[in-house]
Amino acid sequence: MSLDLALNLAVLDWFFEPLQFAFMQRSLAVAIMVGVICSVVGSYLMVQRLALLGDAISHSVLPGLAIAFLLGVNIFIGAFIAGVISTVIIGWIHTRSPIKEDAAMGIVFSAFFALGITLITTIQRDNKIDLNHFLFGNILGVTGGDVRDTAIIAGLVLLAVAVLYKELLFYSFDPLGAQASGLPTGLLNAGLMVLIALTVVASMKVVGVILVLSLLIAPGATAYLLVPRLHQVMLLGAAIGVFSSVSGMYLSYYVNLPSGPAIVMVVSTLFALAFLLSPRHGVLVGPGRARPWRQLQRLLRPGL
Amino acid sequence: MVVTSKIMVDHLSVNYRDVQALRNINLTVRPGKVVGVFGPNGAGKSTLVKAMLGLMPVVTGRVTYGDDILAHQLDRVAYVPQRSQIDWTFPATVWDVVMMGRVKQTGWFKRFSAPSHQIVQDSLERVGMADFCDRPIGALSGGQQQRVFLARALAQQAEIFCFDEPFVGVDQKTETVIFSIFRELAAAGKIVLVINHDLGESITNFDQLILLNKELIAAGPRDWVLTRDHMTRAYGGHVGFFGHVA
Ligand SMILES: Nc1ncnc2c1ncn2[C@@H]1O[C@H](COP(=O)(O)OP(=O)(O)O)[C@@H](O)[C@H]1O
Ligand SMILES: [Mg+2]
Repeated sequence: MSLDLALNLAVLDWFFEPLQFAFMQRSLAVAIMVGVICSVVGSYLMVQRLALLGDAISHSVLPGLAIAFLLGVNIFIGAFIAGVISTVIIGWIHTRSPIKEDAAMGIVFSAFFALGITLITTIQRDNKIDLNHFLFGNILGVTGGDVRDTAIIAGLVLLAVAVLYKELLFYSFDPLGAQASGLPTGLLNAGLMVLIALTVVASMKVVGVILVLSLLIAPGATAYLLVPRLHQVMLLGAAIGVFSSVSGMYLSYYVNLPSGPAIVMVVSTLFALAFLLSPRHGVLVGPGRARPWRQLQRLLRPGL
Repeated sequence: MVVTSKIMVDHLSVNYRDVQALRNINLTVRPGKVVGVFGPNGAGKSTLVKAMLGLMPVVTGRVTYGDDILAHQLDRVAYVPQRSQIDWTFPATVWDVVMMGRVKQTGWFKRFSAPSHQIVQDSLERVGMADFCDRPIGALSGGQQQRVFLARALAQQAEIFCFDEPFVGVDQKTETVIFSIFRELAAAGKIVLVINHDLGESITNFDQLILLNKELIAAGPRDWVLTRDHMTRAYGGHVGFFGHVA
């Protein structure tokens, strides 16, 4: 009995201890908001098979961020502009030349990324900014201003998704049918790119630009294995995203990891569980699947 | 009001980069008929319909409906793409997909109205899919998927209906349902344009045919279009369909 109580107290203590620090409160607030918008916006990327585009935009924000820093402008704004410019260039290359979209993404995002690293490496010699913080996230670096900016971005993103939900659903399922019904699909697509860029920018401090793709795709993909409709994927995905980013923060705090990798390890584990155990699509237990041991046998001896 | 406008295609040419897909097409599509677009694979059938609706750029020509460019009146169009172009693993139910037919009519920033719900329900009943409304679309047969798309087109309450290869991979029952709805739409004075390539018995369900192979071979009443000369020009030397069409 008293052992139980002691254990409970220890867990509570483990949970509440970090919260006494203002920086941890700020990081958790940002982590929760980022967990929500990444999952919601990332669901569109997943269903449109545009995961690589998420990766491209996230790598492309770096030079904008560096230039904004040099000019003394809000780095969120610089990063956002660079992200949008990169999608415009990608679209331009693939519509104006025989180059396919994925090749265009590969070319553009690596170029932007290289430029960004060059710029940041140069300026970090004289300034107190650290490249690693942008690449992998940095919970210690979340300021009050960051919390405000993230809240503004999250509010805008969620409002846009709520207001445009039916149009974006039609467009992402059947772009041609949506265009033929008279919807301005070019504008919808541009709006989606803006939402992705905003989301990536808001996520920089928490997960970093290299790993943000995981927080964009994995929560939605995990939810997709569990529920059948897009809005359910978004809601459950948001819950998974919040759980992952908050527990990642705690891991980061206690084990002294960069926050990005910690979050990504949690969300990847959740995905693996759903992949194996989802009642709808689980590899081991889904409907129409053979008994788990047969599955394992098959995994171990592919020739069977 | 009975719809009396017709679609006029005037000197339409379409390119994909440096490859010409359609050359100088002139034709008229009238309401009240079930019109089939026929031609071999790669003849430009899908391209013709997409270009007519302004879904892709054209090199020359214009397509009008009534007094205006057709592409400016897409509110009056229901278009169903080839089933193979759609990702059927998309997280949506039958209801969600048919409801998409009400998005444009509903307008920005608004929720679906009660009449829209009723229209969707009626459309599902008309194609025999009302019992499946909560089913994920990935769990449907090919024929059921096509009927869901037909229901979505019906829900749009359009004047012009365009279907790209609606009979590919569907069962006999679905084919019968789809043709009877095409017949009803035509009888209600709608324009019904159906891309097909199957030259079997089902061709007798079309009133008018448009025969294509990069250029227009023939367009008009079925029996007028179905001559050996036209078919040879469209399909080449060896077409064994005449046995079916008495
Ligand atoms: N996106 C595209 N890019 C380049 N060529 C295309 C594209 N789509 C179709 N084509 C070409 O245009 C021609 C007509 O295609 P399509 O209209 O799909 O024919 P159909 O529907 O009659 O089978 C074909 O030769 C095809 O290879
Ligand atoms: Mg085709």
